[in-house]
Amino acid sequence: MASEKVQTLTDTNFEQSVIKAAQPVVVDFWAEWCGPCRRLAPTIDELATDYDGRVVIGKLNVDENPATQSRFSIMGIPTVLIFKGGEIVEQIVGLADKTALKKLIDKHV
Amino acid sequence: MTRSVIIIGSGPAGLTAALYSARANLRPLLIEGLEAGGQLMLTTLVENWPGHRDGIMGPDLMAEMRAQAERFGAEMIQGNVEAVDLTGPPFTVRTATASYESRAVIIATGASARLLGLPSERALIGHGVSTCATCDGFFFRGKPIAVIGGGDSAMEEANFLTKFASHVTVVHRRDTLRASKIMQDKAFANPKISFEWNSEVEDVRDAGRGAVTSLELRNSVTGARKSLDVEGVFVAIGHTPNTGLFKGQLEMDANGYLKTHSGSRTNIPGVFACGDVQDHIYRQAITAAGSGCMAAIDAERYLDGIPQEADEEERGASERGTSVPRH
Repeated sequence: MASEKVQTLTDTNFEQSVIKAAQPVVVDFWAEWCGPCRRLAPTIDELATDYDGRVVIGKLNVDENPATQSRFSIMGIPTVLIFKGGEIVEQIVGLADKTALKKLIDKHV
Repeated sequence: MTRSVIIIGSGPAGLTAALYSARANLRPLLIEGLEAGGQLMLTTLVENWPGHRDGIMGPDLMAEMRAQAERFGAEMIQGNVEAVDLTGPPFTVRTATASYESRAVIIATGASARLLGLPSERALIGHGVSTCATCDGFFFRGKPIAVIGGGDSAMEEANFLTKFASHVTVVHRRDTLRASKIMQDKAFANPKISFEWNSEVEDVRDAGRGAVTSLELRNSVTGARKSLDVEGVFVAIGHTPNTGLFKGQLEMDANGYLKTHSGSRTNIPGVFACGDVQDHIYRQAITAAGSGCMAAIDAERYLDGIPQEADEEERGASERGTSVPRH
């Protein structure tokens, strides 16, 4: 279902794929049981296509990756964090539309 | 291309309007909006939707309604309406990527959860402050939490959250609940729920640490202050109507709800409103659906050129003799 351009992030690959990434990384924290997260999914897929090659777009399942969830004190989903140079530069909690997300991403490309 | 009718919103009101207008061969275009499916997408078991004696899950009910409207030819698009121009007809409705025209518009944009309005509350959203128990309850396993509010949604959230939390304290600014009797009874019978009555939230701590540690409460009767240690706060103090798009174009009451008259009509002929965006009294799935049906029928008659007066005459007979509290 998800676009293959969306990277699956985990507790194991987070350091390498996000913190040490050369490009900005958008991380969507989600879970299967979260309705709004499912609604955000198509937007994330579209962003992965729109920013292909320029920004890494990834998803992290909070159920399966509790270490990363607690590392960033994620207590509400969907949460989207944007990382640049290993630092959090943007944080959006709750549903956001594509226009709003693009505006935030564009600040860091 | 000018369409017959555009419906904005995809909760029970919007989807019922879509169902009825599709069956009237109006080929409606429905624009879902950001919170597609509406408030029921954030609930669990809906036990008061007639016809489902054992209840139905909110998201399942919405999926059914959507499929039913699509079956009769309603066209659905994902997307959020960013602007409307109601100086027509034709009326114009714009999303981020496209612009649509129609001879009639049905507004079913609903209402969204309201926050207390404290800076500390806003700072801690996603870090212990939430408006969605079904989304975020999971993160509070074994932790003490508070639910703010005294209505049905507050009681539903409190009961639901006892599945995860070690204890749930309901903080309410009055000494009685506004929730329906059955929801109150459930909460009172739940050993994991206790109540703080006559209590106003003055602050959510601790924004500096980026986590919820306590609520600072003030008793509105005695003036006494106390601190309640919790690690999560669920705010369920009601809703605000999603009417920002229509400011300066449609008549609203002091709280921003759209004003309707003679059924679902707004102050602009050809523009109709249904569901929670125009209803601060009943706010039920079934009343929203009912008013969605009314809006579709009103729109159909408007498009057929039936004057409103004829409509009202017909309706007058059935309305007379009933008294419906309005405020």
